Amino acid sequence: MSFFEVKNIVKNFGGLTAVNNVSFTVEKGEIFGLIGPNGSGKTTIFNLINRFYPLTSGEIYFQGQRIDGLPTHKICELGIGRTFQVVKPLRRMTVLENVMAGAFLHTGSIARARAKALEVLDFCALAHRKDVEAKSLTIADRKRLEIARALATEPKLLLLDETAAGLNPKEQEEAIAIIQKIRDAGITIIIVEHVMKVIMGISNRILAINFGREIARGTPREIANHPEVIKAYLGDAYA
Amino acid sequence: MTAKSWLTPTIIAVVALVLPFLLRDPYPQHILIMILIWATLGTAWNLLGGYAGQVSFGHAAFFGLGAYSAGLLFLHLKISTWWGMLLGPFVATAVAVPIGLICFRLRGPYFALATLALGEIFRLVFTNWVKFTHGAQGILILSTFPTKLPYYYIALAIWGLAMFTLNRLINSKLGYYFVSIREDQDAAESLGIPTTRYKMYAFLPSAFLAGLTGAFYMNYIAFIDPHVVFSLGDISVMVILVVMMGGVANPWGAPVGAAIYIALNEIFRAWLGSANVLAFGILVCLVILFLPNGVMGELGQIRRTAFRQKPAAAGGGQK
Repeated sequence: MSFFEVKNIVKNFGGLTAVNNVSFTVEKGEIFGLIGPNGSGKTTIFNLINRFYPLTSGEIYFQGQRIDGLPTHKICELGIGRTFQVVKPLRRMTVLENVMAGAFLHTGSIARARAKALEVLDFCALAHRKDVEAKSLTIADRKRLEIARALATEPKLLLLDETAAGLNPKEQEEAIAIIQKIRDAGITIIIVEHVMKVIMGISNRILAINFGREIARGTPREIANHPEVIKAYLGDAYA
Repeated sequence: MTAKSWLTPTIIAVVALVLPFLLRDPYPQHILIMILIWATLGTAWNLLGGYAGQVSFGHAAFFGLGAYSAGLLFLHLKISTWWGMLLGPFVATAVAVPIGLICFRLRGPYFALATLALGEIFRLVFTNWVKFTHGAQGILILSTFPTKLPYYYIALAIWGLAMFTLNRLINSKLGYYFVSIREDQDAAESLGIPTTRYKMYAFLPSAFLAGLTGAFYMNYIAFIDPHVVFSLGDISVMVILVVMMGGVANPWGAPVGAAIYIALNEIFRAWLGSANVLAFGILVCLVILFLPNGVMGELGQIRRTAFRQKPAAAGGGQK
């Protein structure tokens, strides 16, 4: 029994099949990469896992328990946290309050939620911004806030959706460092990313998709040299 | 709790307790009671609309149900209308349960629309179900007390209960969850917040307090009819304007808004007649334009303008 398993999932939006029969498993402790060109269905897969959208067909298992069909908040409660590609800060709350909103999942006490939030902010190197309203953060800090807020719910599996997109090279380095620290803390990660330096550097295994279908899977090196992947990104002439 | 956080409420409580001895005439005492009624209703609305972001356009439904619970007890069972203060809040809450369970699963304007319809449905039913409610003729009772003083202290106690409830809720996990839901429902769900359930946790106390206020209104005014207590314009919309005036999602927003609304009402009524509502409307427009967070929400801004200080720039360092 795998730690996390997605089995033949399909999602239709009207006549469009956004995700077509995708399956993969993720083992405890690894970083699993999900890549594909724009519109290939990566974020849709995340939205299916935490049930923002119901599946058209297929099954999703987490620690042996079937989770498709559970409501979004229940899935978070079981230990699957996520961040959003288009960041969703709680705008008129401070950074600390944003993270506390996550920390309240496991406590009813304000003091304990605050302590947990401060600890997570420290971990994400965001503690110096704790009293700033979330709406006035830079994009790099907003991406980091997404991670901090998700970590505060104490996930066992974390879904990271393009946390390095739009960051400059130095900020990307910092993002990579944080992701590695999260893995070292024992949290399994599924990461969607366009920045190849990020995903190739830290993933144990990668699944490449295009038009909602699997086109390749393997180690970062195998994926980088796979003709289907090169075709999907650069066109037939380069394959 | 620090000593300072107790200071303001204590001062206000002492002032409120001695105020009717300074203003001995029935007229100013009546104004104070009306302010307390609106402050309580506004606080109830603010908990749901201001903090949890679920805008109700039909709080008259819960206010009116409270009032009619008291009135109908007297009408049919000859029981004192004061028992309505026990029954009314629970009737209002019971009506809120199915509305919340249905509407809170949806997103967008459905809750606002459903509450808007709810208030109108009750107004029409209570107007036309003449056998049960006496229709537009209304319900008239005899006042219990000859003076305003007992009413004042009862209204004060109800308002105190509302403020206590609001403060306990918003300074707890629930408060954080309410505001999270208001700011982004998707983000809230993904953080493990059962949003439908927590919206109910804001809605039910809100309906309860509105029902309690309505039941007190029946006792105090001693006359109700459906067009008054289920009024869309004079109650449902007015309570929103009162809170916007004072400060949405600010614990003192409703009382301050209520004081301004009632005071203006009395001042303008003498020489503008019914145009006093227009005057209040214009003032609300000005507040929305220049003080978008209401009087209490922009207190810092008002102080700075009054004392001609430069605003402290966010981020600092500005010359």
